[in-house]
Amino acid sequence: MNREFFKKYKSIIGLILFSIIISIFNKDFLTVNNILNILRQTSINSIIAAGMTFVVLTGGIDLSVGSILAFSGAVCISMVSAGFSVFLAVIVALIIGSIIGILNGIFISKGKLQPFIATLATMTIVRGATLVFTDGRPITSGGSKGAQAFRNIGAGYFLKIPIPIYIMVIVFLLSYYLLKHMKFGRYVYSLGGNEEATKLSGINVDKVKIFVYGISGFLAALAGIVMTSRLSSAQPNAGVGYELDAIASVVLGGTSLTGGVGSVLGTIVGALIIGIINNALNLMNVSSYYQTMVKGIVILLAVLLDRKND
Amino acid sequence: MDDIILEMNGITKKFPGVKALDNVNFHLYKGNVMALIGENGAGKSTLMKILSGVYPKDKGKIILHEKEVNFDTPKEAQDAGIAIIHQELNLVPYLSIGENIFLGREPSKKFGKVDWNKLYIESEEYLNKLGMKLNSRKLVKDLSIAEQQMVEIAKALSIDAKIIIMDEPTDSLTDKETENLFRVINELRESGKSIVYISHRLQEVFQICDSITVLRDGQFIGEELVEDITEDEIIEMMVGRKLDEQFPRIDSKLGDTVLEVKNLSNEYISNISFNLLKGEILGISGLMGSGRTELAKTIYGTIESSSGDIYIYGKKADIKSEKDAIEQGITYVSEDRKGEGLVLNLPVLENMTISSLKCFVNNFGHINKELEKKIAEEYINKLSIKTPSINQLIKNLSGGNQQKVSIAKSLMSEPKILILDEPTRGVDVGAKKEIYDLINEFKSHGMSIIMISSDIPEILGISDRVLVMHEGEISGEISIEEASQEKIMKYAVGIKEME
Repeated sequence: MNREFFKKYKSIIGLILFSIIISIFNKDFLTVNNILNILRQTSINSIIAAGMTFVVLTGGIDLSVGSILAFSGAVCISMVSAGFSVFLAVIVALIIGSIIGILNGIFISKGKLQPFIATLATMTIVRGATLVFTDGRPITSGGSKGAQAFRNIGAGYFLKIPIPIYIMVIVFLLSYYLLKHMKFGRYVYSLGGNEEATKLSGINVDKVKIFVYGISGFLAALAGIVMTSRLSSAQPNAGVGYELDAIASVVLGGTSLTGGVGSVLGTIVGALIIGIINNALNLMNVSSYYQTMVKGIVILLAVLLDRKND
Repeated sequence: MDDIILEMNGITKKFPGVKALDNVNFHLYKGNVMALIGENGAGKSTLMKILSGVYPKDKGKIILHEKEVNFDTPKEAQDAGIAIIHQELNLVPYLSIGENIFLGREPSKKFGKVDWNKLYIESEEYLNKLGMKLNSRKLVKDLSIAEQQMVEIAKALSIDAKIIIMDEPTDSLTDKETENLFRVINELRESGKSIVYISHRLQEVFQICDSITVLRDGQFIGEELVEDITEDEIIEMMVGRKLDEQFPRIDSKLGDTVLEVKNLSNEYISNISFNLLKGEILGISGLMGSGRTELAKTIYGTIESSSGDIYIYGKKADIKSEKDAIEQGITYVSEDRKGEGLVLNLPVLENMTISSLKCFVNNFGHINKELEKKIAEEYINKLSIKTPSINQLIKNLSGGNQQKVSIAKSLMSEPKILILDEPTRGVDVGAKKEIYDLINEFKSHGMSIIMISSDIPEILGISDRVLVMHEGEISGEISIEEASQEKIMKYAVGIKEME
C-alpha cells in the first residue's frame, strides 16, 4: 500500500477503522439488522447529499434542500390523501422540487446572485410556502386508497431490504455515471475548477449551473417523498437543518467547497460516517443532546485531518 | 553614489517548470534611482517580490545596510524599511486616506482608542511633503489613480521606508501627473531615499533614473550608469538574441479572405476594420490596455459588440457567445493561461478535450473514453507536449507545456481562424521557439492566425502583416517588409502619420 493509495481511499479506510473500533465496544453494531438500519437512516441524507455534491463541485452551495424536502413531501401526501394516484403524486412532487432548483440556478447564473444568498432566500420562501400549504399542521395520508401503496416507498421491503436503500443506491450509481462518464459531468468539474476558462472553452456555463441546481432540487424532493412516506405524514418543519448534514457529508467525503475537486463516492462515505456516529451513540445510550455535539466535533476533526494530509 | 545600501547577490528562484531567476545580482545606492528593465517575463517582478518578502528565494544573499537579511513575510521587509508600490495599487477603497496610510499602525490613546486627530493631521503632513493638498478624511475610492499613488508614497514615508519600489508607476497616469510624480521622485532622492523604478518606457528611464539594471529571461545582463548608455544599447541588452535564429520565417502563398471585420465597436474598441487571409499570420501589437485583448474577445463572442459586422468566407457571422465562435471556426487562446485558459486542478486530457467533447460522445452524452484518449495522445505527440501521462494534473506542467495544451484544446475543435493572445508569455526561451515552429506549421496547413503580442521582436519575426492598436483603435497597418521596431512603437503610442 503506497501513499497514493492511502490518500485516495483515506475516507473509506477511516470509515472501516471507525466501524471496527465501534464494534469492539458494542456487540450489536456489526449485525445485519443494524447495518440495514444504518443504511436506511442514512438514505434520506444521502439522497440530498448526492445532489449537494453536484452543486458543491461547481463551487456553489444549496441551502434550500430542507425546505424543498418539506414542501414537496407535503404536496405529495396531500395529493395521495385527496385520492390521486401515488404515481402522479410522486411525479408532481419531483417536478416541483426540480422547478425550485431550476429557479435557484436561474437566480444564480442569470441574476448573478451569490449561491448562498439565492438559496437562503428560496429556503425561506419555500419554508413559508410549506407553512401556508400545511396551515402549520401535519398532513397525513389518512385512509385514502393510495395510503398503503404510498407508505411502501419509505417503509416497505424488497428481498428483506428496505426500499429507501435501493433508491439511495440507484441515486448514487446514476450520479456517479453522470459525473464520470458523461459530457455534463466534465462540464461540472471544469466549471468548478475555473469558470472563466470553461466559458472561454465554449461551454454554456449558465445552462450547466441551472441543471446542477435542478438536480439538487429534484433529489431533495425525492428525499422528501421517501421521508413523508416512511412517517405517513408531512411535518411543516420537516427537514430543518438537513442542508447542513448534506454539506457536512459532502465535505467529509473530500469534496472541496471551492469546487472542481471531489466525488460522489466520497459523499456516500461522508454520509455513512455521519449515520454511523448517530447510530453508535444511540446504541451506547448517549443522550441526543450530546450526539449533536459529538457529530460536530467529528466533522471538525475529520476535515482538519484532511487539510493536514494535503 | 558609492554608498551601497542594498546588495542582492546570486538570487535564484524556481517555479514549477520554470527558472524565473537564475543567479541574479542587483545593487541599490543611497539617494539613487535605479531603473529595473527587461521584457515581459524577464523576472523584474519576481526579483522585487523576493526583496519585499512576498516570495522566498531558493538561493542567494540579500545584504541590507551591510547585514545579511532574510524576509519571510512582507511585514518583515516593511519593518526593515522597504516599501513596494504595486502597479495595481493596494489601498482599501472604502477607508479614508488617513486610515489607509496608518492601516495596522493606527496611533492610539489609552485603552487602545484610536487617536483620530493625530492620524489625520499626520497623514496630511506626509501628503504636504509630497506637495499634495488633500483632505485626509476623504475616501480612497473617490481619488484619481495619481492621487492614490501619492497616498501609497505617503504611506511609504510614514513607515520611514529607506527603499521604495515603484512597479510601472506611470502606466495609467497622464503626462501632467507623470511630471508631478517625477517631481516627487526627485525630492525623495534628495532626501536620501533609494528608489527602484520598474518600467518598460525607456524615455522615462533617461528622464528620471541614475542607473539601470537589465534582466533578460531571468538572468542578470548588466548594470550601467544612465549617462553612459544609449537607448539602442539598452534595447540590445533587453532583447539580446539574434532575431533570425529565434524566428524561422516561412513564406507561404496567401489565399482568399477568410475573416473580415467591419467597423466593429463597443466600449473598449472603436471602429475596427481589417481582414485576414487564408494561411496568413496577422500580428497585433500595441501597449497594454490598447484594446488588443478586447478586440479578440469581441470577435470571439465574449464581449458584446455594439455595432459592426464580422464576415467569415464572405458570409455574415452571428457570434453571440464563445460557443457560436467555435462552431463557426474561430478559437481563442487566452493570454491568461491560469486565469482563463486552463482548469489547473484537472488532468491534461480533460483540459484538452473540453472544447470538443461533442466529437467523443454519443446521443446520450456518454463519453467514449478510449477514442478521447487516442485523439488526445495524437495531439500530445503532434505538439510534443512533455507530460508523464495524460492523466497528470495540468498545474504540474511547465509554462511552455501548459501553453501547448491550451493551443491543443483550441486545435481540437478544428478551427479555421486561431487567435493567439500573448502565446509565449511566461514561457521559457526554448519552449518559445517550439511554439513559433508550431504556429508556422499551422500556417503552412492553411490556417489563418491572429497573434497578439507585446513582444515586438516576436511580432516582427513571425507575422506577415502587423496591425498596431492605440486606445481602442487601429493606429497603423504595416506590411512586414516595412515594419520595424520604431515604426510599431510610434503607432503604439498614438502617432498616426509619420511622414
